Amino acid sequence: MNNEERNEKYLEYVEQKSPKAGWFNSLFHAFVMGATICCLGQMFGDIIRSFYPVLDLLTVGAWSSIIIIVLTIFLTAFGCFDRLAKYGGAGTFIPISGFANSIASCAIEFKKEGLVFGVGSKMFYVAGPVLVNGVAYSLIVGVVYFIIGLF
Amino acid sequence: MKKLGSQTYSFESDISIISGVSLVGGKEGAGPLKKYFDFVEEDDKMGQKTFEKGERLMFLKTISSAIKKSKVEKDNIDLYLGGDLMNQLVSSNYTASELNIPFVGLYNACATMAESLIVGSIFLDSKGMKNIVCATGSHFSTAERQYRYPLEFGNQRQSYAQWTVTGVGATVVSTEKTSNIKIKMATIGKVTDYGVSDIANMGAAMAPAAMETLVAFFTDTNTTQKDYDLIATGDLGKLGSDIFKDLMMEKGYDIETNYVDCGHMIFNIDQDTLQGGSGAGCSASVFNSYILSKLRSGELKKVLLISTGALMSTTTNQQGDSIPCIAHLVLVEGEN
Repeated sequence: MNNEERNEKYLEYVEQKSPKAGWFNSLFHAFVMGATICCLGQMFGDIIRSFYPVLDLLTVGAWSSIIIIVLTIFLTAFGCFDRLAKYGGAGTFIPISGFANSIASCAIEFKKEGLVFGVGSKMFYVAGPVLVNGVAYSLIVGVVYFIIGLF
Repeated sequence: MKKLGSQTYSFESDISIISGVSLVGGKEGAGPLKKYFDFVEEDDKMGQKTFEKGERLMFLKTISSAIKKSKVEKDNIDLYLGGDLMNQLVSSNYTASELNIPFVGLYNACATMAESLIVGSIFLDSKGMKNIVCATGSHFSTAERQYRYPLEFGNQRQSYAQWTVTGVGATVVSTEKTSNIKIKMATIGKVTDYGVSDIANMGAAMAPAAMETLVAFFTDTNTTQKDYDLIATGDLGKLGSDIFKDLMMEKGYDIETNYVDCGHMIFNIDQDTLQGGSGAGCSASVFNSYILSKLRSGELKKVLLISTGALMSTTTNQQGDSIPCIAHLVLVEGEN
């Protein structure tokens, strides 16, 4: 048996031997966590609107996002956010909270290397790919939208 | 030194392990082996500003204490051998600059403990040196930053992942002084690659390396698992050790009864470390605590320590390369 065959057989065996994450549990946890974060966001929005009814929906939405971001940064700084994320998985990082955590955690971690080469250059170490993806996909959608608009 | 078979060596000098000291972090200290460790440090920064500085101080404390325990004057220690997981072996390098003992840095990832014992024994067997301190360790927080994500970054680990051990182990080996614990033989491992590229599944990547080294040792010495009281792998974790047992079974060796894995035994199941411990400090701290104390008391007589190491870097991993692994074996005997 040559090495390639051996490896193929071994990888198949490893795949079957490795424990799988229970998909139902993962989905359920993500649903609970994601829903909680979204409900919190809605709640902040409703509270703001009840105090300042003149604000338009976009501004209210921006404010509730800001509150979630600040809250996440505090939770990250106090070392609680990673525990929530361990439970909630994608439910925790798909809302804006995940983005805030990825930047805040890098800023904390790389502070020791100084403000410029530490915080400054490594803050987007995890969030960078998300930004690049966001921009790239918006560009694609924009081009498609533009082409559709021609007809 | 005599060569047996293809890759095993038997030492002709009387090489004794005259002291062994282990230091671990709070999480390891709360595990099932807590009464065996010499030091449990609740503060994993050791009062320093960064985890990296803390790791160095852990090395310094462990090594100084091992030398003190050996009752050999520091000036009579001929060599400090060892390594860690940090890039450029910084933790060992900085420790060596504090210790002022001639230093040789070694890197075989988590197999460095067995590697340093082997290299140390060979130096001693050459008769030029008399006392050598071998030390290896790792730190959860520094390894996490170098190999994975920031500590506070919220993500889920794979169900087959492991947890890097915060711990250091230091052993003083000598031909000048004697003790009842001897290093008799060693098998130097070959780098093996069975194609596993998932960095979270270290156990599966390293298990074949451990199997190849152990099979080579059995073949070279014409012995089987029945001739030894304990076979201990370094840090395969639960999944990795299950795979290792399967692989050994395939080769005709049933090691179920006298086999343990240091990574699997260092944490309790409720400590949320998934498949158990990993890291260079894993076999180093377990060998210098649990295993040495059992050898000292005579409960164990012949122990095979097989430290296992995954030799990738973050760059090769991101470029999609599979993980080359190594396992080194030492035969340690207690004479009572």
